[in-house]
Amino acid sequence: MTGKFTVLRAGSALTDAPAPSTPRNVPHRDGEANPTAKAIAERFPGMLLGAEVVWGETTVHVAPSRVRELMRWLRDDPGQRYDYLSDVTAVEYRDFETPLEVVWHLRSLPFRRFLRVKASLQKGAPLSVPSVWAIWKGADWLERECYDMFGIRFEGHPDLRRLLMWEQYKEGYPLRKDFPLRGRFSRAEQLRQVLAQNPEAKYSMEELTIADAFEDLPADMRSRLGAGERTGE
Amino acid sequence: MGLTARPESRTISYEPQNQEGWVTTRLDFLVNWGRANSLWPMPFGTACCAIEFMAVAASRFDLARFGMERLSFSPRQADVLICAGRVPFKLAPVIRRIWQQMPQPKWCISMGACASTGGMFDNYAVVQGIDTIIPVDVYVPGCPPRPEGLLYGIRMLQQKVMAERSADRKIREEMNPDPSSQLYIPPSVIDELGEPFGNSVHQMRSAP
Repeated sequence: MTGKFTVLRAGSALTDAPAPSTPRNVPHRDGEANPTAKAIAERFPGMLLGAEVVWGETTVHVAPSRVRELMRWLRDDPGQRYDYLSDVTAVEYRDFETPLEVVWHLRSLPFRRFLRVKASLQKGAPLSVPSVWAIWKGADWLERECYDMFGIRFEGHPDLRRLLMWEQYKEGYPLRKDFPLRGRFSRAEQLRQVLAQNPEAKYSMEELTIADAFEDLPADMRSRLGAGERTGE
Repeated sequence: MGLTARPESRTISYEPQNQEGWVTTRLDFLVNWGRANSLWPMPFGTACCAIEFMAVAASRFDLARFGMERLSFSPRQADVLICAGRVPFKLAPVIRRIWQQMPQPKWCISMGACASTGGMFDNYAVVQGIDTIIPVDVYVPGCPPRPEGLLYGIRMLQQKVMAERSADRKIREEMNPDPSSQLYIPPSVIDELGEPFGNSVHQMRSAP
């Protein structure tokens, strides 16, 4: 292994703090809020739509438009340092009027903090939020999965394709409430479509390390791959 | 020791102490005997059934007793495809490709409820029985089956192999639907004529 790497220590930004212990007697509502919620309200006036504390975990509701700016501040500000994005997902409620929510789970290792950020997307309008891929690279597949299951477009994502279902999947977005459990097509049609897939046509040039050895490939393969063809087709 | 040789109706043996040691038998019997006792399984494990399959292959249940000690992780050197676990639609072309890559003679064991029928996963993502994709010889019920259950299925498959006749070419035929054939019925017509079956109202007869 070459080069130096930094060891991440949880709680490294907390000087003379007591050793962490399992919290006891956490109230269901109105517990101690994460100080980040207050800091967001001060730093981004008008962006914080609400904050709540459930079982000791703080959830902040923000407007979706400036999410990327907020997230970059949350990661880079020396008083926040949310360096770990643990999940990106979405929630749809059964009530049609209730907007769909995109949820980010952030964790600050230096401060030992957890923050849940939610942004509401009105149904009926195109579902799109800014991507946080440029801030945490780990958001790549999380956002792809969220797009695959809910159809939410993450603007700025470099490679927004389906992740769990195959790319030519035509039936819609399976975790939406209007999606029937067994899918939209008959079993025969589902099988017919999926058996028409080439199981080896999964990799694009970007995914293959073959891109590094592109110049060493045979000329015909170079021209085919260069024209955008996937391997195995 | 109290052990006596099993009377075997399909072989005729002469007492070796009196004569040269030789045996007559049917060629089919010899070939099938060899095949049945050296089946090489190709494990296709996708879920908890694969854990039970590993138990079968490990020392307590010891698959090697049946001549299957060599698990073939390459389909081209395998005889039995043991599908252990649910198969999502995304894996359907994969398991079909694996089946096509296996050379004849080949057999398939569908292990567990999910591989056989889709099990409790009657949803948009899971194939409702791998027999809609590839032909299956033995179904092993259970969720997951006990190792003894899989061994029983393997013994059943060995009996099936023993009963094969090499003159019967039909059992080695691989059918691919040919739309130019007079006998071909398009899936839409089959769906129109047939009733749903299985555990899903969307599971139709026309599934290839």
